[in-house]
Amino acid sequence: MLKLGFKSYIFKKSLWLFHFGGASCNNCDIEILDCLTPRYDVERFGMLLVGSVRHADVLLISGSINQKDKVRLLEIYKQAPKPILVVAIGACSCTGGIFAEGNVFAGPVDKIIPVDAYIPGCPPKPEAILAGIFKLLKKK
Amino acid sequence: MLKELFHFLIYPGFLFLAIAGGFLSWFDRKVTAMLQFRKGPPVLQPFFDFLKLLLVKETILPAKGSRITFLLAPVFSLFGATVAGILIFLPLLNIKTGFAGDLIVIFYLLAIPSLAFMIGAMASGNPLASVGASREMKLMMSYELTFLLVIAGIIMKANMNIGLYDILNTQKETGAFIGSISGVLLFIATVFCVQAQLGLVPFDMAEAETEINHGSFIEYSGSVYAIVKLTKYIMLFILPAFVVTVFMGGLSWEGINILWSVLKILSVVLLITLIRNTNPRVKIKQAMRYFFIWMNLLVIIAIILIIFGL
Repeated sequence: MLKLGFKSYIFKKSLWLFHFGGASCNNCDIEILDCLTPRYDVERFGMLLVGSVRHADVLLISGSINQKDKVRLLEIYKQAPKPILVVAIGACSCTGGIFAEGNVFAGPVDKIIPVDAYIPGCPPKPEAILAGIFKLLKKK
Repeated sequence: MLKELFHFLIYPGFLFLAIAGGFLSWFDRKVTAMLQFRKGPPVLQPFFDFLKLLLVKETILPAKGSRITFLLAPVFSLFGATVAGILIFLPLLNIKTGFAGDLIVIFYLLAIPSLAFMIGAMASGNPLASVGASREMKLMMSYELTFLLVIAGIIMKANMNIGLYDILNTQKETGAFIGSISGVLLFIATVFCVQAQLGLVPFDMAEAETEINHGSFIEYSGSVYAIVKLTKYIMLFILPAFVVTVFMGGLSWEGINILWSVLKILSVVLLITLIRNTNPRVKIKQAMRYFFIWMNLLVIIAIILIIFGL
């Protein structure tokens, strides 16, 4: 996606996060917010939580995606300015978790939109989320 | 001709304002982080943000709404902020601009960024942006009157001179304006006007992130949003510089005075940041009442004190 050295460097230095909660049980959401609190403070890496998807660089997706969420997720993904990285957080968005056999389940996130990083766990620890984001930064 | 171009584009013009504004933006974020017991972003973070938006990200235009207005509004806001900055900084650097009423011109130029953001938000066709624009308009109506009264007070204190150069000279003769009771009252009112003009908490209802998702700027992305960010950096530099000019006797760039000049600007920004971090967001009705009744009352008391020579 980003092969040019300088642009890729700048992009990694300033990632703005947008949080999409599917049918989440709220545990992953709380762990994501935990990353922004003084204890883990992701702002030291230039990451900010933004409210509008137009400003987003990273789409954090938590919770299982059901039939109704699928439409909204696709809409949000289309509205986001490219390049955008997608991170699936938690067991539900990575694989489906305990909802994988449910009849309203619309598939794990990577069946709907391309995913750049998976952070499994139910819920993943804030350390795990930070480690996942670092693997994502090292990937390119 | 070349000298004027240098003044307008490099020093003290566009480039200087942008870089200094970027550093002040970092200072603001770092102080915020320290107040919340966090570590905070690195020094170059505002420049990374700006370059990322300008070079890397895609710009999306709204499907419904006026695209040309949407794209041009940030450019106009940048023009307004830059020209206001140049007019503030030329007298500060002891360069006579050659016209006497620049304080009034600066007042109108400082209103252009808010006005342009409002027009851009209206042109984006987003309902939340319209809510933001309407709040910005109400906020502007409330703080502009106070700001105008403050400027009237400054002109009265400076023996009816309407030039920044003359105001600075008056302060050199009689001491900085903040040294008197009326000066302190005017300074308090100005700091709150600056807070509202920069759109910071408690007056950030026009771009409330948690409530209407960045309000006026919700549709901006990519390089257009980079221009919006740049305007915000420049505004964060020129408004404290304006406060320093009219109340604290200006800046000077000789020897040890450089340190005092930098400290003056940083202390005003620190004050703004502290207000921002220790207050909740107020409703637009409360903000209007605050400016219309309390701030105007404060400035009118200050003007009466000036008439009595205090």
